[in-house]
Amino acid sequence: MNDNILVIGGGVAGVTAALEAAEMGRKVILVEREPYLGGRVIRMAKYFPKLCPPGCGMEINFRRLRANPRVTVMVDSEAVSITGAKGEFSATIKTKPRYVNEKCTACGDCEKVCPVERSDSFNYGMKKTKAVYLPDALAMPFRHAIDMDVCKGPECGECVKVCKYEAIDLAMEEKTTSVDISAVVHATGWKPYDASKIENLGYGQIKNVISNVEMERLASVSGPTAGKILRRDNGEPPKTVAMVQCAGSRDENHLPYCSSICCLVSIKHANYVREQYPDSEVYVFYIDLRAPGKYESFYRKAIDDPKIHFIKGKVARIEEDERGRAVVTAEDIIGGGKKRVACDLVVLATGMEPESKSTVPLLAKINSDGFIMEEMQGDAGLISCGVASGPFDVTTSTQNSTAAALKAVQAGVRR
Amino acid sequence: MADIKKSGAYICSGCGIGDSVNVEALATVATKEGKAALTRTHPMLCGAEGVALVKEDVASGAVTAVSIAACSPRVCYDIFNFGENIVLDRIDIREKVAWSQEPRHMETQALAEDYIRMGMVKIKAMEIPIPFIPEEPSKTIMVLGGGIAGMTAAINAAKAGYKVELVEKEAALGGFANTLGMRLPDRAPYDAPMENDIASLIEEVIGDSYINVHLGATINKISGGPGIFDVSLVNGANKSFRAGAIVLATGFKSYDVKKLTRLGSDLPGVVGSVEFERMLKEGKAPPRRIVFILCAGSRDDEHLPYCSSVCCASSLKQAWLARQANPEASVTVIYRDIRTTGNMELFYKQVQQDPGIFMTKGESPVVAQEGGELSVTADNTLLGGKVKFMADMVVLATGMVPSTLDPSVKVDKPEDQMQDFDRDQVGKASILKLDYRQGPEVPDLKLGFPDSHFICFPYETRRTGIYAAGTVRHPMDASVAKNDAVGAAMKAIQCVEMVPRGETVHPRAGDLSHPEFAMERCTQCKRCTVECPFGAINEDEKTNPIPVKSRCRRCATCMGACPVQIINFKNYSISMVGAMIKAIDMPEEDEERPRVLAFICENDAMPALEMAGINRLRINPVVRFIPLRCMGSLNLQWIADALSSGWDGIMLLGCKHGDDYQCHNIKGSELATTRASKVQETLDRLMLESERILVDAVQISDWQKLPKMIDDFVEQVSGMEPNPYKGF
Repeated sequence: MNDNILVIGGGVAGVTAALEAAEMGRKVILVEREPYLGGRVIRMAKYFPKLCPPGCGMEINFRRLRANPRVTVMVDSEAVSITGAKGEFSATIKTKPRYVNEKCTACGDCEKVCPVERSDSFNYGMKKTKAVYLPDALAMPFRHAIDMDVCKGPECGECVKVCKYEAIDLAMEEKTTSVDISAVVHATGWKPYDASKIENLGYGQIKNVISNVEMERLASVSGPTAGKILRRDNGEPPKTVAMVQCAGSRDENHLPYCSSICCLVSIKHANYVREQYPDSEVYVFYIDLRAPGKYESFYRKAIDDPKIHFIKGKVARIEEDERGRAVVTAEDIIGGGKKRVACDLVVLATGMEPESKSTVPLLAKINSDGFIMEEMQGDAGLISCGVASGPFDVTTSTQNSTAAALKAVQAGVRR
Repeated sequence: MADIKKSGAYICSGCGIGDSVNVEALATVATKEGKAALTRTHPMLCGAEGVALVKEDVASGAVTAVSIAACSPRVCYDIFNFGENIVLDRIDIREKVAWSQEPRHMETQALAEDYIRMGMVKIKAMEIPIPFIPEEPSKTIMVLGGGIAGMTAAINAAKAGYKVELVEKEAALGGFANTLGMRLPDRAPYDAPMENDIASLIEEVIGDSYINVHLGATINKISGGPGIFDVSLVNGANKSFRAGAIVLATGFKSYDVKKLTRLGSDLPGVVGSVEFERMLKEGKAPPRRIVFILCAGSRDDEHLPYCSSVCCASSLKQAWLARQANPEASVTVIYRDIRTTGNMELFYKQVQQDPGIFMTKGESPVVAQEGGELSVTADNTLLGGKVKFMADMVVLATGMVPSTLDPSVKVDKPEDQMQDFDRDQVGKASILKLDYRQGPEVPDLKLGFPDSHFICFPYETRRTGIYAAGTVRHPMDASVAKNDAVGAAMKAIQCVEMVPRGETVHPRAGDLSHPEFAMERCTQCKRCTVECPFGAINEDEKTNPIPVKSRCRRCATCMGACPVQIINFKNYSISMVGAMIKAIDMPEEDEERPRVLAFICENDAMPALEMAGINRLRINPVVRFIPLRCMGSLNLQWIADALSSGWDGIMLLGCKHGDDYQCHNIKGSELATTRASKVQETLDRLMLESERILVDAVQISDWQKLPKMIDDFVEQVSGMEPNPYKGF
């Protein structure tokens, strides 16, 4: 029996679970599918309620990772099989070729000569990068990667010619590693619910209707507009912005559960808009305004702003007018009747869908919503944390990831 | 007796460094002025060949201290690792020079050369820390509170192989859960209340040989610190033991329903949710017409301003159970928002199916007695306007107040003599009774909860080794409290493992350095004991500081506070930074090449600066950056050193302070700001302009703003006369 731990998923939950177990003394293998750690949160501009940058906490975690040789970080990797039982698992991990090796210094010479562009997935497709790219300035590991789906390969090879460090290997192959572990922690996170499935809200048809994760990129300094929130059609500053709560949530036809964070995210977005444009007006169309616990004061501050209007009522439809504005029609339950507002930008507060719904994690059982079932919390050496377990905010995710670390530690203890 | 240090300087010309500066000239500076025993340059120091060069020199004993002048210390940390017995430092001439300066410019060369000078005096001053390990550290976890959270923490620590001392003030375990009938669902399909399984949890605790339960016990005193918490109890037998870490799980009290007279709490038939739960548990058939008023005394500035997050779901549970117990009952729920987040939404959906439960949004409810009945009137309901409901019983869903609050507790000091940490103790229930100079209880965040201020780090309390869990930390339901307790147990276990290794815990996890006090020069001014953010320093009767090192998080705020500079770390000292400040080549007054010194917090400002470099933004070349562990470690000696060495301007760039402070050492940047303002008076006396010092906040995402922030200050400084102390 060994007491090593495998953590699958390198977002804030996986990184937290890995660090907490490693600082206590365990060896941890942290496996992440993307070429960088940080998952969804490092693509956000700020956290609620403090409006602080996600990079701040993540930088501390990266520091802890640097200081701890017990954590082996494997990016571009996925666990493809796990056999055995608690205390004695064997896992096979496949590492996809990144085509850039550890000699890369992220100097950026390759990018300058690469002839091919790709859609930047880090920016939810709102920006382009070259085929060889650095995922983000805060990327860890801090090195480039090549998207072989668009790269022209050795017949081009311009990047190889300019790289002073022999860091590009266009013939790189997939690697397979086997590890022995005592416990598996699934921290596979979430993806944003596909808003184009919500037919009456115009996402994908009306340019100025965007999702909440896209709004985060607009507000991010490393995003497509260097942090300036602008209309998506003509790049003009918005004067009127609407947030549509529960877009595809609390709805039998889409996601039946509440994602718990979207009300707070929309209040946060209202703050972004109001801070950038002091004359702007923001409308928040909600069913229940969910600012539980100590988040109430974050909500209160928004209520006190006379230019933020909270309207209880479901949005019936969104249509485009001749000026490209998104016109929102909603019930106004308290005021009575309907409300019609022509907006420069509409943000759909879409929910979180667990990754485990489309890709069931190895040995995990999921419930009908795709979350890893609550019963799976340690007895079999299989644990989940973060949004893989349920629709949680960051502070709850880091909390339950710390708990998951202990469950994983227990799997390696014979008592 | 220490060997004479042999410094090795290794200068990389890769990543554009060689195109930006003359690396051979840097090597000359390292050898001549830097007094390096060995200097080498290499085109790719991080490659196998480059690393081997350094390793050979170390192995042969040619060098005993290594300075790598190349990229930022945030990269290649695993590559540039030469073992624990070598002093190692990184000089960043990539992000801070090659990537952010004009190539081949004279000032760029001057900048790089100054960094070499600073780096060489730095490794000369740095010593390898000797870990501090307390005597006889314990790995036992003490859990204070035997409710759901406390018991879960105890069981999980025990499962991981750790002994637990579980201290409960009542005569029996169970806490608030003993008053519950059925509980909220915590697993799919989330459609009905579940059995209260508190009895099985209690049985598990009692049956676990690793858990020692003390019933009817409270704390008499806790002295010491992480690894060495010496706990004595008050419980007849007056037991005492040593614990390595503490989980604080003392739970909550329900808000006092008697205070809600506006909601008719003094009228017969009006009960709080706790009493209604008791009625349901005892099997009393509820009356026919029941009205629930949610947010009773919550989200209300006159009572509890916050939301207790659980009461919506809990009230729906009670409504459901009331209807089960009396199918004739008709229940009305008046709410402001139904806050059943996450999977609890599914339970809400289920309750909505019951035709006997009517829910309506309503503001400002008023409860009155009309004849033999109760009436509840509310505004803004879904039916429009005002609406009145008649009731046989009104249930007020009250919020949760942490057990750490006790408004009757005062601090016995006149207001004008109170420090911040004294104010922190006002209204604090006497629970832990810590023998800490700064007060016996854990300072809280806001509203009485000893919670963490950090979204990313939920267990980071203001007292090292003490972790809050469950409803004492913030309002939560039972299943969240259980999970929270497992997390707190993890942190406690981590602490007891790290302390005997001499390591501090998060955020400087693994740091082996610790503050050393040259007591012969101490003037007993108490600044260090007052300013330590974690209460790590006790005091004797003569007010000499007594550091309790396992409490220390190595932020060096004490080092910054000391007016006679007696506190230093082996690898981070006042003289080390002082030497760096004096090491640069200061241009003459008439050369019109000003020099600005910028202290930057290594957690936020430094990564921001590096990201500016990664994005190839230009930074003003007259500025030299010195990273600090925390702006709180800034000692005014350094400002004096800088001014007397001829620096024209000084910037202090730390993290945001105020209500939404970012500093993990609580007040680092705030303290630096206060200290700097004191220096303004000295500056005025020396006839130096006070505008020569700028204090500003930089977040990690502010990298785009940095160039202009710096340029603006340099312009301001350039508008003044050169510092007349140059060349002295």
